[in-house]
Amino acid sequence: MTDEDIRAVYLAELANVAPDIDPDTVGPNDHLQDDLELDSMDVLNFVTALHEKLGVDIPEADYPSIATLEKAVPYLASKMG
Amino acid sequence: MGIFAMPSLGADMEAGKLAEWLVKPGDKVKRGDIVAVVETQKGAIEIEIFEEGTIRELKAEIGQELPVGAPLAVVLAEGEAPPPDTAPPTPEPVAAPAPTAPAPKPASAAAPAPPAPSPVAPPPGTVAASPAARVRAHELGVDLSTVTGSGPGGVIVLQDVEGAAPSAPRPPATKPAGSPMEEMRKAIAAAMTRSKQTIPHVYLTQTMDIQSATDWLAARNADRPPTERILLGAVLVRAAAIAASRVKVLNGHFADGAFRPAEAVNPGVAVALRGGGLVAPALMNAAGMSLAETMAGMRDLVTRARAGRLRSSEMTMGTITISSLGETGAEAMSGIIFPPQVALVGIGAPQTRPWVVGGQVVPRTVITVTVSADHRVADGRVTAKYLAEFEDLVSDPEAL
Repeated sequence: MTDEDIRAVYLAELANVAPDIDPDTVGPNDHLQDDLELDSMDVLNFVTALHEKLGVDIPEADYPSIATLEKAVPYLASKMG
Repeated sequence: MGIFAMPSLGADMEAGKLAEWLVKPGDKVKRGDIVAVVETQKGAIEIEIFEEGTIRELKAEIGQELPVGAPLAVVLAEGEAPPPDTAPPTPEPVAAPAPTAPAPKPASAAAPAPPAPSPVAPPPGTVAASPAARVRAHELGVDLSTVTGSGPGGVIVLQDVEGAAPSAPRPPATKPAGSPMEEMRKAIAAAMTRSKQTIPHVYLTQTMDIQSATDWLAARNADRPPTERILLGAVLVRAAAIAASRVKVLNGHFADGAFRPAEAVNPGVAVALRGGGLVAPALMNAAGMSLAETMAGMRDLVTRARAGRLRSSEMTMGTITISSLGETGAEAMSGIIFPPQVALVGIGAPQTRPWVVGGQVVPRTVITVTVSADHRVADGRVTAKYLAEFEDLVSDPEAL
């Protein structure tokens, strides 16, 4: 899976969890909680979706690594390795 | 024969729009069946029925905006014969007008006047009033026998009741003037204003060390897949529910001048809706749940709150409200009680603070919990007892 594919999955699952977010408007440094206003239940649902779609384990301690698109793509790519 | 009426889905609801019927005449219904979907300012709500029998007639049409108390359907009880007048029910305009619906204009000369609905004469000695008018009269303390009716046949309608209580605030116009979100804000504003004007709030606050709970959760969740992880929010709701089952005077409803403690603990869990707005559906019978069940129940509630698929019982049967500011943000909140409940537990976001443990100052994760209580029902002493129970419970999360 290319970085571009991972990026697409990230944005698609984000839009599933928070349907009011337009994936086209999400910037590389937009923070899930501080900028996109996900709460802890949303974040858990998002992590659950990434886990199912990409087959990666994202422990709670690593949540900061998926907090923005820019951080998440390399992190998820390395986990899928 | 019973009339199934538009339920009040909370202190902030004036009217609802019938969006869907899930039953038709002839269908059998039992307690708890979902029979209709109503659009409210808080999204679409699935309406349950609380009687058994057979649907005889639907009295409201899809798309109609109906005040609380307006008849939706006629239900025949088990074994009850249909009334002798078995002529097929003709679709008739619903008797109760919407609160601000203008009186029907006289038909123009060209169009034949529609047959005036022939109001059934009330039995002698009773006052003819629409259900909405009765509800409002009760709320405002207006004696219906002193009100002159302006409806068909002298029936008292909502406007008459409100006219008879000039000091009472009029409900906002029900014709949606703005977006659904503006409407929700208006509804919340009206309910919270009423709460603050009628409930003498007393607030007690305690900051408590939850390091053991956060450490335990982190260790517990570390090797579990996301579907099995538990959030701090579930620990707090679980503790709040058990504490409410022990301090019963904060768990129940205040209505008609008296407090009625509730047997079940159904904490209303405040859920922020994306884009603004708030809804607090009840997690039914939470006292008997495990921590994992509490988490699953909250996940389900949040999902359905966001999707606009809550049930009427969840909107009306809450016995205490839990409002948490989440995992980041402000440290404390003094909330406004959601009537007819008598208490709200406001939980601030966890903070790292210097704390004294065993004579040493150490950094610990703490939360500040503020209980808003109805002083007509509870005093400071019993509210402090609730906080002590809560603190005791969160200090030992494994036992939850």
